[in-house]
Amino acid sequence: MTNATVLLDPTAELSPVMRPRLARPASLEGRRFGLLDINKARGDVFLDRIEALLVRRGHTVHRYRKPRFSILAPTELKQQIAAQCDIAVEALAD
Amino acid sequence: MKQFPDGLIAVVKRDCPTCALIEPVLRQLAAQDGLLTVYTQDDPAFPAGAGTVVDDRELENSYHLGVAFVPTLIRVRDGSEAERAYGWDRSEWEALSKLQGLGAGLPASRPGCGSRTQEPGMRARLTVRFGGAIFAARSIPVAPSADDIELCYERGWTDGLPVVPPTRERVLEMLEGTTRKPQDVIGVIPPDRVECSVEKAAINAVMAGCKPEYFPVVLAAIEAALVPEFGLHGVICTTNAVAPVIMVNGPIARRIGMNARENVFGQGNRANATIGRALQLVVRNVGGGRPGEIDRACFGTPGKYSFCFAEDESGGAWESYALEKGYSKQASTVTLFTGDGVAPIIDQSARTPEELIGSYAPCLRALYHPGQVVDVAAFLVVSPEHARIFHQAGWSKQKVKDELRPLLQVRSRDLKRGFGVDDDAERLKRESPDACVPKFRSGTLNIIRAGGSAGLFSAMISGLGSITIGPVTREIGT
Repeated sequence: MTNATVLLDPTAELSPVMRPRLARPASLEGRRFGLLDINKARGDVFLDRIEALLVRRGHTVHRYRKPRFSILAPTELKQQIAAQCDIAVEALAD
Repeated sequence: MKQFPDGLIAVVKRDCPTCALIEPVLRQLAAQDGLLTVYTQDDPAFPAGAGTVVDDRELENSYHLGVAFVPTLIRVRDGSEAERAYGWDRSEWEALSKLQGLGAGLPASRPGCGSRTQEPGMRARLTVRFGGAIFAARSIPVAPSADDIELCYERGWTDGLPVVPPTRERVLEMLEGTTRKPQDVIGVIPPDRVECSVEKAAINAVMAGCKPEYFPVVLAAIEAALVPEFGLHGVICTTNAVAPVIMVNGPIARRIGMNARENVFGQGNRANATIGRALQLVVRNVGGGRPGEIDRACFGTPGKYSFCFAEDESGGAWESYALEKGYSKQASTVTLFTGDGVAPIIDQSARTPEELIGSYAPCLRALYHPGQVVDVAAFLVVSPEHARIFHQAGWSKQKVKDELRPLLQVRSRDLKRGFGVDDDAERLKRESPDACVPKFRSGTLNIIRAGGSAGLFSAMISGLGSITIGPVTREIGT
């Protein structure tokens, strides 16, 4: 038996099967930003520029860095970002 | 339904000693041109030299033929089954094949073995795969790289503990626990006011960890919870700590192994744990009653994971709650009431009923607040060791209630303002401060038996109760 697993929906099916992305914030007013450098070359160039623009608009900006780009962000880092920021921006690079 | 060609069909497996024994018989039958088709369940090389041997390791043919034993010999005539024989019986096989001299030298008969279609869980797997089981609920495919238990979390289907992933096979097996049709509507679940079908209940019962044999209890519990007198919407959205509590009475409690004794309100019994949880998952998933949303409980209670038990009906000195409500001893029932926890009453020195109720009364009077007499209800749970004191003195349950009543009075001067005290009580408080008001309005104090054999304890399960809201009992169907 090699059937793929299929689960039956236990809910009232009021929400779509494909879960929507988190709603975008209605306003950036007063939001704290986290800039995550995934540790790939020149990602920091992009993030430095974003930081400068955000700071000029009066936002609090925290910088974070993954140990390596090829791994999942460590749980501790994700928890730190979630606790300190309202919005996270991640930079791909190359 | 799959069509099979006219002639003889034999279904066998190598693992069956009788099938192995009759390998020469199968060769004899195969020698007749085009007469025999063999379906082999475990080894395509078996039986050797028996003509057309079809590999049926996936069991599709065995499933469609409804084979329960091997060997099975079937004659198909004009596209449909005419005759069938199980196991090996020379005279039967000769009559069915219209050939003589089968299996010379073999015993005249031998019983067969179970078909692989009868292996545990196989029937549901085959029905889903080949039988076109149709579900009304939408399917959520799990990506090969995904963890199905984590998927249940991500979709918000759990109460915080892992759930059993509701696969089609498990849901099909759960549905076999009832005679009700999957599309039957049990009722409308608050707060979203969505119809709950038997199938949706089965999906949630699977997730809760129920066995199919528990499912009729789950269905009755959902029905009872939806009776307006229980007030499920209020129970879900109140800021109070209450959970729906399920008490089971009658033979089904013993049949499915529910716990009424040691650690009765604690962990460890599958039926107790999962039946209560199934109701909560229905409330969460079908009704949309989720904490932080419509569920605005200030504290909540661990009972909101599951709060379900059986009343101890042994001994028979006191009639059970269900008997009090007019159900027969043969009836199995669920009773739903609201409860926010278990508060023990410890009295290890009382040896007379009078002393014991003297201990109960102040504890019961203090429930919620010593001055609260409105919207407070309780189930007083008497353990075997405390019950013995009443039994030995010949006190019936009704006598305990009657003797408790005068002790469960609150002076009107002590009524707590702002806690549901109505205008009449306010006037009483002003005009007759020494008058007494009963702590529990008629019917909001109930007495039941449960608990382990050791321990001079009783317990109170407090909850919401009023003239309009109270316990609801329903008979458990099939």
